[in-house]
Amino acid sequence: MGSIILHLAARYLMPLLLVFSVFLLIRGHNEIGGGFVGGLVAAAAFILYAIANNVQEARRILRVHPRALIASGLLVALSSGLVGWLTGKPFMTGLWLKDPLPVIGKIGTPLMFDVGVYLVVVGVTLLIIFTLAEE
Amino acid sequence: MQTVLLPLLIPLVFIVLTLFAWNAPRLQRMLSLFGSSALLLAALSLLAQVQTGEIAVTQIGNWPAPYGITLVADLFSAIMLTITGVVAVLVAIYSLEGIDENRVAHGFYPLFFALLMGVCGAFLTGDIFNLYVWFEVMLMASFVLMALGGERAQLEGAIKYVILNLTSSALFLSATGILYSVAGTLNMADLSIRLPEVNSPGLVTTIAMLYLVAFGIKAAIFPLFFWLPASYHTPPVAVTALFSGLLTKVGVYSLVRVFTLLFLTDVAFTHTVLLVLGGFTMVVGVLGAAAQYDMRRLLSFHIVSQIGYLLMGLGLYSRAGLASTIFFMAHVIAAKAALFLVAGIIRRVSGSFDLRRVGGLYRDQPWLAILFLIPALSLAGLPPLSGFFGKLALVRAGLAQGQYAIVAVSLAVSLLTLFSMTKIWMEAFWKPIPEKAPSQNREAGYKFSLVFPALAMGLISVVLGVLAQPVYGLADQAAGVLMQPALYAAAVLGGLR
Repeated sequence: MGSIILHLAARYLMPLLLVFSVFLLIRGHNEIGGGFVGGLVAAAAFILYAIANNVQEARRILRVHPRALIASGLLVALSSGLVGWLTGKPFMTGLWLKDPLPVIGKIGTPLMFDVGVYLVVVGVTLLIIFTLAEE
Repeated sequence: MQTVLLPLLIPLVFIVLTLFAWNAPRLQRMLSLFGSSALLLAALSLLAQVQTGEIAVTQIGNWPAPYGITLVADLFSAIMLTITGVVAVLVAIYSLEGIDENRVAHGFYPLFFALLMGVCGAFLTGDIFNLYVWFEVMLMASFVLMALGGERAQLEGAIKYVILNLTSSALFLSATGILYSVAGTLNMADLSIRLPEVNSPGLVTTIAMLYLVAFGIKAAIFPLFFWLPASYHTPPVAVTALFSGLLTKVGVYSLVRVFTLLFLTDVAFTHTVLLVLGGFTMVVGVLGAAAQYDMRRLLSFHIVSQIGYLLMGLGLYSRAGLASTIFFMAHVIAAKAALFLVAGIIRRVSGSFDLRRVGGLYRDQPWLAILFLIPALSLAGLPPLSGFFGKLALVRAGLAQGQYAIVAVSLAVSLLTLFSMTKIWMEAFWKPIPEKAPSQNREAGYKFSLVFPALAMGLISVVLGVLAQPVYGLADQAAGVLMQPALYAAAVLGGLR
């Protein structure tokens, strides 16, 4: 605790890690990446911050309770499956927008599902680590 | 056509809702009532749909079978889902009073729905690897439910439970790996067509035995049952009733599914093994119960014993045998859950689960005695309750197949079950209050939310007895579908073959 090098490094690494996690999330599906890895990287960013400062600080900059992330992630993943269902196709049918968006690329329900996974992974990992770190 | 999905989606939706309502325990309790009722309604509508003889199928993600994951509901699945819905509603009501604030604050209700989702998934899936995944969902939830509350005895029970179930999962996964390497598919309908064509029948039988051990641990059959009486008595009664109603029965369901759909290449061997194990399970379970004085442990041994009857019907491998197993499943879940719930009320009224420390309840609480007597006599198999008809059907099926030994064993075990129930009756209700008994607390036990589920479970047992003919008819129809794997395969694979 209290190492100035770690403290400074964490401040610069954290935004990089978060951006990288979103990159991994969007890159997934056809290439290596996806919600699970992306979520782990994002969780690692907050854990690094918690090591460099302390758990209360990390909780503060996360703003929401990890449990809320788990619940929202489940909700997003569930909704991605329901989109197919509501359009009369089987549950979880992959539906894509026709035209790719700039930077992000083609988006569709599999990406939405991955976003759900991302949120759940961040939530679960942080819930476990924060709880253990506070003991 | 998508009603198949509802029993999966409803618990998932309610996991999310109860997670959002984490800090509002009262709201979570309300949600649990809504969620379990919705599940029951969904199961009933599915039952009405498949009762016409249709096998409801949906291909998740629109990937055609056998490449994607298929959800299938035949009549057997729909009956199991309906039972699950009934147990869920009644346990949710019982939990209003039976689960304390502390456990709710630590996530009892999200786990309750996660368990239900796992159970429903296992009943619905048409893919054997997916079945493994649902088992894991169910087990994860059950591990936490068992340890939730963190009492010393609970943690001890939970460790035994977790280790044995992880062993079973490892075997399940290995067997699935070997099965895939042999048959090249994991879709159960596809497997049912390809396995008879595999030219090394010895290997298929070996895989069948691996599955028997894996599911046998979950279903608590002889000689793999010992984790159950070592752990089921530790969590709160509502959790035990839920486990006894659903978890071991998922094991039995899986055994029935794989031994009526997949492993039919060497019926003379595999199903005889099932029959013999069924006989031993009955005897050992009931003898184990005779030595117990803790009501919950005693009843846990009876779970094991009753599993033997379920195996007996499967081992006979005839339409009548399977129909009896399905009927008996409905009976035993209701009777068992009722007994556990009543044991919970006895504990609240008299202050102890230990039969040596309670007594005199018949004089003070005659209504409680009747509440106990109905499921107890039903479990022992006295007419006109459901247990009598379940056993009658099994005995008739056994005689029709010429399996006199198992019939004799099942009747003898029935008598021992009656003895065991009489023991609880004599100790808890009949004998005078022992001197060092804890003080009685009449008020604590008589809450509507505690008495109603116990009474309802007991009444279900009576109704199953009175309406034995139509219920058995339904079970017989389900068994008819199970005996024709080609129907299942055709429904799943559609026009592919």
